[in-house]
Amino acid sequence: MARYSAFSIFKNALGGNRGWPRAWRDPVAKPQYDVIIVGGGGHGLATAYYLAKEHDIHNVAVIERGWLGGGNTGRNTTIVRSNYMLPGNTMFYERSMRLWENLSQDLNFNVMMSQRGQFHLGHSPAQMDGLRRRGNIMRAHGIDGELIDRAEVQRRLPYLDYSENARFPIVGALYQGRAGTARHDAVAWGYARAADRLGVDIIQQCEVLGYLWDNDRIVGVQTTKGDIRAPKVGLAVAGNTTVLAEKAGVRLPIETHALQAFVTEPIKPFIDNVVSFGAAHFYISQSDKGGLVLGGDLDGYNSYAQRGGLPIVNHTMAAAKSLVPAISRQRLLRHWAGAMDMTMDGSPIIAKLPVEGLYLNGGWCYGGFKATPAGGWCFAWTIAKDEPHKDNAEFTLSRFEQGYQIDEKAHGPQANLQ
Amino acid sequence: MIRLNCPVCGLRDETEFTYLGDATARRPKMDETDPKPWVDFVFFRDNPRGSHKEYWHHVLGCRQWLIVERDTVSHDISSSSLAKDVSA
Ligand SMILES: Cc1cc2nc3c(=O)[nH]c(=O)nc-3n(C[C@H](O)[C@H](O)[C@H](O)COP(=O)(O)OP(=O)(O)OC[C@H]3O[C@@H](n4cnc5c(N)ncnc54)[C@H](O)[C@@H]3O)c2cc1C
Ligand SMILES: [Zn+2]
Repeated sequence: MARYSAFSIFKNALGGNRGWPRAWRDPVAKPQYDVIIVGGGGHGLATAYYLAKEHDIHNVAVIERGWLGGGNTGRNTTIVRSNYMLPGNTMFYERSMRLWENLSQDLNFNVMMSQRGQFHLGHSPAQMDGLRRRGNIMRAHGIDGELIDRAEVQRRLPYLDYSENARFPIVGALYQGRAGTARHDAVAWGYARAADRLGVDIIQQCEVLGYLWDNDRIVGVQTTKGDIRAPKVGLAVAGNTTVLAEKAGVRLPIETHALQAFVTEPIKPFIDNVVSFGAAHFYISQSDKGGLVLGGDLDGYNSYAQRGGLPIVNHTMAAAKSLVPAISRQRLLRHWAGAMDMTMDGSPIIAKLPVEGLYLNGGWCYGGFKATPAGGWCFAWTIAKDEPHKDNAEFTLSRFEQGYQIDEKAHGPQANLQ
Repeated sequence: MIRLNCPVCGLRDETEFTYLGDATARRPKMDETDPKPWVDFVFFRDNPRGSHKEYWHHVLGCRQWLIVERDTVSHDISSSSLAKDVSA
């Protein structure tokens, strides 16, 4: 398939843009593969791409029950950052950031990675101490982080509420300049196209219903389009992780919860960066089309519904108004929700499962978009070599029984609070 | 908005309640020395897609704990009762 380039845009423009070839094939599944990846979101597609690119395993199928990126990949608020401080997380997310920085070139697909910087606000001296500690850990690992005071935050983000009556006064912020946003759909499409070019079969509209067994080993999957065999099956199905694990007899420390996102009517450029409120779970950025993109808390109860309830709409808008009073008359255009695989420590699992032939990339909670490149990269490594890379070595299932939870927010084992 | 039928207070908005989660998780006996059942109780869940028995606390009402049976896809509620009336 043709490479995208400035020249190809020019050439196709002259042809009335009728000459573009399709971006990936729509093959019929073969009876046998070396690896099957279940789930055509960012993580599944990235895994297939890195299996082919890094490990020379090309006989791979990605099986998606709907359309590519129709899960959380296409529903998220697209924030990419690497400001994690616990061992196990820090360098994993930094690996992801480094892959993001070159992703458009690597995939030959513009993922619109925009390193516009993220401000994580602090609202009390104690919170600033916490941010200072986080920033120091980041810098000790060679990751950029900058602690800034109230005056500097006000200079850079003049539209926040600095008044006497602000319920949560802004004391300062931790700023990561390399953080930003990327175009979510483009990430799914870019990985799909690049994987397809390396021989990966992408099978859409095909639901995995169960497994094929050879005694205690999984040797393939049953799907709505028939049986497909492979000695290795990797799950990357986000909110449906426990549904598919249960069919293999594996119980997980995961609950599925709804997370909502919101977009307002478009306005002229106003919010140049990503801003995270420190006093409630709320963040805001502005899309290239001009809409303000807002996100907040989980709905709070187990849900597979992919739609959200009104209390969180109210809660998120209250946070938006208290942080950025100027948007109080903005109207919302759309809101929606995704089904999140919330683990009991807020960190993911990328590991072999206790059933031979079955591998898991899941438990992304609401932070897995930024993890897409490294998640796919590490999962491909784990499947190809049957052992983890050092950057995902801590993301085991056994950490829960060993007492090695990676609880970045120190919320304890309560999935809806993670 | 989910509305929960509190046996004491009647039909109330979800915002009056806090959610704890799976009401089928059973704490092991306090003298249990095998770590396995403790790990299961603290961390592992069935997470059904469909009918789910769960604890809700009517914290802005009568302050009673409820066990509610709710569908995790449709949010339809099939039963709600006081937790203290449901035998373990
Ligand atoms: C509202 C919202 C905001 C978010 N904001 C951010 C953010 O700002 N930054 C960030 O880093 N992360 C964010 N996230 C989290 C992020 O979106 C996810 O963690 C990430 O996209 C997960 O990618 P995935 O590929 O694992 O899952 P998905 O994209 O959900 O892909 C899983 C796929 O598996 C398929 N599938 C499921 N069951 C089956 C089956 N039986 N057979 C075949 N296919 C199946 C689904 O159809 C789906 O396409 C947010 C999420 C939401 C919902
Ligand atoms: Zn009550």
